[in-house]
Amino acid sequence: MSTRSLAGTDGLHVVGQSVDRNDGVGHVTGRDIYSADRTFPGLLHLKIVRSPVHHARLRGVDLSEAQKVPGFVRALAAADVPHNVYTILGLIGVEPEEEFLLTPVGERVRYKGEPIIAIAAETEAAALDAVARVRLDLEELPAVFDVDEALAPGAPVVTHWGNNTFMYEGHVCRRVRYGDVEAGFAQADHIIEGEYRTSPIEHAPIETTGCIALPEPNGRFTVYTNTQALYFSLDNTSIILNVPGNRLRFIGGMVGGGFGGKVDVIVEPLATLAAMKTGRPVRYVYNRSDEMQVSSTRSPEIIRIKDGFMSDGRLVARKVTGLMDCGAYSRQTPYAVTKFAANAAGPYAIPNVWIDGYCVYTNRTPTSAMRGFGITMASFALEVQMDKISELTGVDPWTLRLRNAYRNGDIKPHRKVVDDATLIETIQAAAQLVGVELAPDLKALTSAPRDEAAHAAHAAAVAAGSALAAGTPAGREGAAR
Amino acid sequence: MASVIVSFELSGRPVEVMVAPLTTLQSVLRNQLGFTSVKDGCRQGGCGSCTVLVDGEPMMSCLLPVEDIAGRRVTTLEALTPPEGLHPIQQAFMDNNGYQCGYCTPGMEMLTKALLDHNPHPTRDQIVDALAGNVCRCTGYRPIIAAIEAAAAAGSAEGAL
Repeated sequence: MSTRSLAGTDGLHVVGQSVDRNDGVGHVTGRDIYSADRTFPGLLHLKIVRSPVHHARLRGVDLSEAQKVPGFVRALAAADVPHNVYTILGLIGVEPEEEFLLTPVGERVRYKGEPIIAIAAETEAAALDAVARVRLDLEELPAVFDVDEALAPGAPVVTHWGNNTFMYEGHVCRRVRYGDVEAGFAQADHIIEGEYRTSPIEHAPIETTGCIALPEPNGRFTVYTNTQALYFSLDNTSIILNVPGNRLRFIGGMVGGGFGGKVDVIVEPLATLAAMKTGRPVRYVYNRSDEMQVSSTRSPEIIRIKDGFMSDGRLVARKVTGLMDCGAYSRQTPYAVTKFAANAAGPYAIPNVWIDGYCVYTNRTPTSAMRGFGITMASFALEVQMDKISELTGVDPWTLRLRNAYRNGDIKPHRKVVDDATLIETIQAAAQLVGVELAPDLKALTSAPRDEAAHAAHAAAVAAGSALAAGTPAGREGAAR
Repeated sequence: MASVIVSFELSGRPVEVMVAPLTTLQSVLRNQLGFTSVKDGCRQGGCGSCTVLVDGEPMMSCLLPVEDIAGRRVTTLEALTPPEGLHPIQQAFMDNNGYQCGYCTPGMEMLTKALLDHNPHPTRDQIVDALAGNVCRCTGYRPIIAAIEAAAAAGSAEGAL
């Protein structure tokens, strides 16, 4: 069928050659089955009653008119959810549980679109009609949409613990301290400060988020889902519904665009709960407006950088404050902030570094994973900053970066020994590709350890298979200080 | 309102469906007839993933009440795929990596079929214009444009697509 075959007989020697993708024929013939392409006899459609406002106390819900809609089958409310308060990173020990699957009466909704009631009906039209007839009694509360305002005294409090930051081991931010940053600034020939802002980008996959949950005769539930994180979704569903994981069978694989937007655990617990309560297959698929309004975005960030450097471009101090807006619930953003804190010094050897990374709550749609979240925006800010340093010092951008590049055996500010540096070689290759002639001393640079001590540190880090990945006390302490 | 029976030609064979008024062609193709190459990205004419041919013209099936296509010819990607191997347009999308997640791909290919039927030798600008209603979020459009150019070249070599 294909014009290109795997090279060799084992299919394992293909570097440098074009090979057809396994899923190519299925994609170009349209024969691949995406989760919502399936249908089942008796399939119910699930639609959600969502908060129409950004922040409010839910005083009551009136389902009486909704229940009269022909085709209405079942409404699900907070009381139907066995473990209704969760946080999706709870699986890896992140606390506290904070997000309702369905908001109970008496509690607050914290973003526009937050789910309150789920309605299963015989047709999608009936489900939508019933949703439109649910009456909510909401006491609207002041909302906050800006991270600086959220951190200011007197701001509306979004969380249930009294301030608007995710708490890192008792601290309001993720902190990295290395050397003496003030001494570094005192020693510097020049100082440049910059503020960088990024936007809350919606992934907008062409296939919207969704799943179909199917009760099986043996008491298990099969869930066809387009999640990017199959076992993550399964385990969280198991926790929220308080059923053992072996009663849940999740089938994924085909994802019509994700980009991180299908990592959150949102549709599977509700669809599975509805299948449990009705004994019927249930389809819960976002429409386009759900996808845009309700699904997580990339978190918008404000990054403030103060750099101290010498006239030859060598950085001697870098102080970074990053404010990431997680919206109403933290989801994956605490992890993004930790990644940010570990990377905000950039791939450079800087003797004095101070990093504060904040995960800030607002009444916006929650933010979460998206392509390099935490790192991408930091890299943008840092590299613009590097170009400004280049402009001020007259040291060309290539030389500036090569001069500051970290090497194997160097210690990163969060105490990880660099064991996989390739920046120097990458810049050299890039220069060659675009026809930039580097000075001979820059061409001769390598990422090899600088001295005997660095060599030993590098060897130990490689042998340990990366201290950070292994989660050694030293690695964790460095990042968590 | 009472359901109505609508007859049309689907990829060369006659079909009759019973639908509630204003049911879309997309819904009939996907949910009643099982032609799931017709995708469902927005149901508001914004993405092009549901593109099919109606009397040879590319149309977004999510915006078409099925009553409006009574007596007309509808073609989906299923009809393009030969019993063995690939259609030259599909082959061109394979060879040029003109797909990534695959969700926009059927619509892109149906659009390509209509474009090349009308204009076997489109310029790059004409291809870009033709793609205006079809959204891809994965690849960017360069590999897709390259695939359409390759399909046009294959069509020239073989006489027709």
